[in-house]
Amino acid sequence: MTEERAEKFLELFNKGKEFTEELLRENQRLRYRLASLETESTAGFDEEVSRLRAEVQQLTEENRRIAQRFKEVEEENKDFANRYIEVEEQNNNLANLYVASYQLHSTLDFREVIQIVQEIVINLIGAESFAILLLDEKTNELKTIASEGEDVMPGIETLSTRLGDGVLGSVAKTGESYYINQDMEGGKVTLEKPLAAVPLKIKEHVIGLVVIYKLLQQKDSFSAVDYELFSLLAAHAATAIFSSKLYSQSERKLNTIQSFLDLLTTTS
Amino acid sequence: MPLENVNFLVVEDSPTMRQLISFSLKRFKNARIIEAVDGVDALKKLSGPEKIDLILTDINMPVMDGLKLVSLVRQNATLRNIPIIIITTEGAEEDRERGLALGANAYISKPIQSSHLIKTISELLAV
Repeated sequence: MTEERAEKFLELFNKGKEFTEELLRENQRLRYRLASLETESTAGFDEEVSRLRAEVQQLTEENRRIAQRFKEVEEENKDFANRYIEVEEQNNNLANLYVASYQLHSTLDFREVIQIVQEIVINLIGAESFAILLLDEKTNELKTIASEGEDVMPGIETLSTRLGDGVLGSVAKTGESYYINQDMEGGKVTLEKPLAAVPLKIKEHVIGLVVIYKLLQQKDSFSAVDYELFSLLAAHAATAIFSSKLYSQSERKLNTIQSFLDLLTTTS
Repeated sequence: MPLENVNFLVVEDSPTMRQLISFSLKRFKNARIIEAVDGVDALKKLSGPEKIDLILTDINMPVMDGLKLVSLVRQNATLRNIPIIIITTEGAEEDRERGLALGANAYISKPIQSSHLIKTISELLAV
């Protein structure tokens, strides 16, 4: 009975021992598996980190490139905007010049031509007080034939000066435009010293002057297009005035001849 | 949106200015430009069959000046909503205030800048 018990105990003990050994083996196997998994995952993580780092670097570089390009495009845009403003201005100037020239040659009536010159000086240049003088070639005297803003500059309606005398006379003699030097002359405008005096000339032959004494209150100074308009006036207004004068003279002569012929035919 | 098929009435006694303004207005596609030489002529054109979308008027004109025209247009039930731009050599602040008080929508001093005129018209007609 005791032996039987001892055998059973031994048998149980052996089974326990086998089970414990098996547990130890399984434990070792799992430890090994854990260790290998740990190694595997660390290696993958490092790889992922370096891949992401490279990607970040690439994106940073791309971002820098895009920022640089953005800056360049912004500069280009500014440049285009400035160019657009310049073109607009140029367009405006050309329109002014086109209209002025078109109007000057739209009539052969002397009074109308003078009226158009006045309109150009008032509306396109923006002058408040000015005079148009014509040269009498017999007396060599420049005399006002039209003026505006007499209240601002009394006496402009009866201006009269000899060729070569004073500022106006020398502009007519030399054919060179005169613009007051605000710094040197203190900007003091007088009948003899206007803001600007522009000769009206056909080639080198001066037939008169446009003399400006005061600009409209909303205009501080002459702009670039004003100088272009002065050049245009110098040539085109001169030819328009000259041809309208010739036309009216020939009309007068024609009328006289016609009247003479009529008289002859009626008396004969 | 670009403005198209707009009918403009340009009231100006100076042919040079009428041509210059019309030149600028041609920037609007299919713009129709009707010209009048003074206020009375403008009222005649306004009572005609053509529907006017915007009036541009000078102040100093013979027969009837621009200020009188503005005031008459604003008193007229059928015309009172037409936008009006005054274009003039009168650059003083009190002149501007007087023009706007009479009912003009904008006041531009000469010499005009085409781009400024176009911008003003676009703003008025876009409302």
